[in-house]
Amino acid sequence: MAPETAVPLAGARTAPAAATPAGAVGHRPVAGSVHSWDLSTGVDGPGIRFVPFLAGCPLACLYCHNPDTWKMRDGKRVLAGDLVAEAAKYQAFIRAAGGGATLSGGEPLLQPVFAGELLHRFKHELGLHTALDTSGYLGVRATDALLRDTDLVLLDIKAWEPALYQRLTGRQLRPTLDFARRLARLDKEVWVRFVLVPGLTDAPANIEGVASFVASLGNVTRADVLPFHKLGASKWERLGLDFTLRDTPVPTAPEVAAARGIFEEYGLPAV
Amino acid sequence: MTATPVEKTTGGTAWEGFGGGPWRDAIDVRDFVQRHHVPYEGGGSFLAGPTERTTAVWQKLLGMFPQERARGVYDVDTRTPSRIDAFAPGYIDEERDLVVGLQTDAPLKRAIMPNGGWRMVEGALAAYGYEADPAVKEIYTRLRKTHNDGVFDAYTPEIRACRSAGIITGLPDAYGRGRIIGDYRRVALYGVDRLIEDKQAAKAEADAQWPTEDVIREREEIAEQIKALGELKAMAASYGYDVSRPAATGREAVQWLYFGYLAAVKEQNGAAMSIGRIDTFLDIYLRRDIERGLLDEQRAQELIDDFVIKLRIVRFLRTPEYNELYSGDPTWVTWSLAGIGEDGRPLVSRTTFRALQTLYNLGPAPEPNLTVFWSPRLPRGFKEFAAKTAVDTSALQFESDDLMRPKYGDDTAIACCVSAMAVGKQMQFFGARVNVAKALLYAINGGRDEVTGKAVVAGFEPVEGEYLDYATVAERYDAMLEWLAETYVHALNVIHYMHDKYAYERLEMALHDRTVLRTMACGIAGLSVAADSLSALKYARVRAVRDATGLVTGYETEGTYPAYGNNDDRADAIARDIVHTFMQKVRKHPTYRGAVHTQSVLTITSNVVYGRKTGATPDGRPAGAPFAPGANPMNGRDEHGYLASALSVAKLPYDDAEDGISLTNTITPDALGRTEQERIANLAGVLDGYTAGGGFHMNVNVLDRATLEDAMEHPEKHPQLTIRVSGYAVNFVRLTREQQLDVINRTFHGAL
Repeated sequence: MAPETAVPLAGARTAPAAATPAGAVGHRPVAGSVHSWDLSTGVDGPGIRFVPFLAGCPLACLYCHNPDTWKMRDGKRVLAGDLVAEAAKYQAFIRAAGGGATLSGGEPLLQPVFAGELLHRFKHELGLHTALDTSGYLGVRATDALLRDTDLVLLDIKAWEPALYQRLTGRQLRPTLDFARRLARLDKEVWVRFVLVPGLTDAPANIEGVASFVASLGNVTRADVLPFHKLGASKWERLGLDFTLRDTPVPTAPEVAAARGIFEEYGLPAV
Repeated sequence: MTATPVEKTTGGTAWEGFGGGPWRDAIDVRDFVQRHHVPYEGGGSFLAGPTERTTAVWQKLLGMFPQERARGVYDVDTRTPSRIDAFAPGYIDEERDLVVGLQTDAPLKRAIMPNGGWRMVEGALAAYGYEADPAVKEIYTRLRKTHNDGVFDAYTPEIRACRSAGIITGLPDAYGRGRIIGDYRRVALYGVDRLIEDKQAAKAEADAQWPTEDVIREREEIAEQIKALGELKAMAASYGYDVSRPAATGREAVQWLYFGYLAAVKEQNGAAMSIGRIDTFLDIYLRRDIERGLLDEQRAQELIDDFVIKLRIVRFLRTPEYNELYSGDPTWVTWSLAGIGEDGRPLVSRTTFRALQTLYNLGPAPEPNLTVFWSPRLPRGFKEFAAKTAVDTSALQFESDDLMRPKYGDDTAIACCVSAMAVGKQMQFFGARVNVAKALLYAINGGRDEVTGKAVVAGFEPVEGEYLDYATVAERYDAMLEWLAETYVHALNVIHYMHDKYAYERLEMALHDRTVLRTMACGIAGLSVAADSLSALKYARVRAVRDATGLVTGYETEGTYPAYGNNDDRADAIARDIVHTFMQKVRKHPTYRGAVHTQSVLTITSNVVYGRKTGATPDGRPAGAPFAPGANPMNGRDEHGYLASALSVAKLPYDDAEDGISLTNTITPDALGRTEQERIANLAGVLDGYTAGGGFHMNVNVLDRATLEDAMEHPEKHPQLTIRVSGYAVNFVRLTREQQLDVINRTFHGAL
């Protein structure tokens, strides 16, 4: 099991601002808990991407389509070097096709040392464009070095109303907004992702709140409005969990277009 | 239409504006294309939509298709054995047809072609409620021997047993072998008289040789070729055209080329009747007409649209079993497009775009089987247009120009699905395929068939023991493949000897050089099942379940094993070894006419039928369950997405499978990108990466599950829904329910 499990979730730990990630300084091989990996197109950042899904997530979103990635102990312990070797098998393909590597999850920042090591080696050993797919809730754990090794952050802002965010995710909104502001200060490119759930997140005021906030930051280049879907419902059942949104309809195409329109009103290209 | 006299060495007015070169003195279409082709590097914005005329003609056919689909055939002429000059002229709409000529005297009316075999004709007629004409039956059962009769005279009992057990399957022993591409461009460029002169010169050369059996056969073949060319002229004349001279305009070039092709499909009910690499050739004529002010873009597109309408309604009379095997009613009018020339210039013209545009102007369709020769070096504008067309229609297949060009040159075309050949210089003896998954079961059961219990192969002992030992099974499998390769090549030699003798492709071979390279195109099916089964034996524990007679009919796999399709070398190496080993074994056996041995990893669309005939396998696949198509990994065993799966397939060595390696991908639109632009760019990127990684062929379906499910329930709402399966596109609503379910259940590569 990865050592990060011992760290309390509250985020009290101050990450050392190491110039190089842990593995690079040569103390010991870095390992982490990994749910799976995929080579994907079009859904995890630009182009064709190698995407490790790190296991474990501090949030428990009502609409989560990957509840099987919530628990770190359900993942497989993998050495960073092995995952880099796996990615290396696709280096030539990704170079010819255009794309990169994306750390997704779960929440990759639940394992910041492992995540930092992977991003560093994907970027510097393999020369890949790197992306980090995160809720931002544990943004405080991302060291500046980790962010230097990240070309693009895919930041989920799941709601604007703190109470709604709490209801949706079981956690507070503020760490995510703080992280977003920090990324803006660092001038790191961000794509914001917003899941449109009818009856939950689709109130215009909620969408406008997110849109106006991210538009004000200056480093957000695109908004992905992701229509809620129920393809993950069977996973909830398999895990013995109650999927409370089973009767929630998926948004219609005009509803999705309207939500994208709100982001665009604030000057953000939305897809 | 009046004949223009043509002076032999200059082509007269027909060649006005064309430059000099070796093509003027000898039959050399490639030289002509290379000297006159001007690459087009732009995008698709110049293209024109359908004219009213095009739409009216297509609508008329669309109105006829439902009846054809319901009955299986629209109409059949039962009394006229087809030949090149059989039947009065036929039209879809005599007033509106721009390019004329049908296989019979009416659209969708099928002809009988009994030279391949009478049984197929009679069976097909009976299946569709027709009675064979007694006089025709008398000819083909008593007076005139067929290919089918000849083959069964020379088959051994062992081959017959393999055939009925389905370990060697789909053999062209009862129907036309196909997979020969006449260089139909020659008709347009040179006119038929010049081609006859050329053949007469070849005949004179053969006449000067001592008459060994080979020389006599060649003389007879050339004499037949010359007769066929004469019949081609007569057939064209019945439509009012004089094809003895070269085509003088773009419209004539299309018409002449089509007459050449039509003559072939009037005489041969070949398993695949492909049309070759024709777009850059036709473009030279269309461009000349546009420059002369004789055509504009709208008229040029209309000509290509009308030509494609004709190609879409090529029909053969076949039995329902045959159609089930090949999913629908396929003809494989494969049209090879694009690619890069040996000099580095792309072979992309505006007519390459126009060919793809037909899928928009007429809607998607499986025929002609549009096949894009892909290279990362193709112009960006074309890459994007081809990717867009694939995303919008799912009607394109892609094959690696970078793998084919070094082997066959830049005037290569695909016959059928993935079989590359230099046009007019190379032909193949189509060999269908052996079932290497079933062969593994034979190795375990000592040559007894796992479904019937019959002893098919003599001299093998069953593998003993409750748990199967990998090394023992691997050794027996190697011996079984040795036997299979020998029996297989034996059968193919018999088939092609008889096909040449009783159903020789006179017209198609008249459009070849005198000296052609022949390949003996062997093939394997069930690769992923065999590879995963061996991987299970090697990396997990497999318990054999035997029936009362000791026959292993089931397997219990304990533990996990690496599966082919995850870019995992442990499993991928097994698949690679099977391909390499079987090719080596095939090469040991001399072939008819000295044909060069090749091999494909292709099931065409028969993976469902092959699976049904194969018992349970050690990989955990239940008895009768479908195979994956072509070289695809098994459904649901690829854990890392379709690209990792594709890269496993890319590891199969093309040098050991020069007849092609087929991969089919079905991707939901969302899994390819969030916007249309992203989907196009990503698909082009995937094709670049796959080609650069050594991948050979990729079918791309961009579809969501809901569309297919709706088409199953409401076929009338989706008459043109086209999907690609293993080297070929099919009309989804014409598949059997079992095949439809297989397509839907096959890994739908949608991301969650």
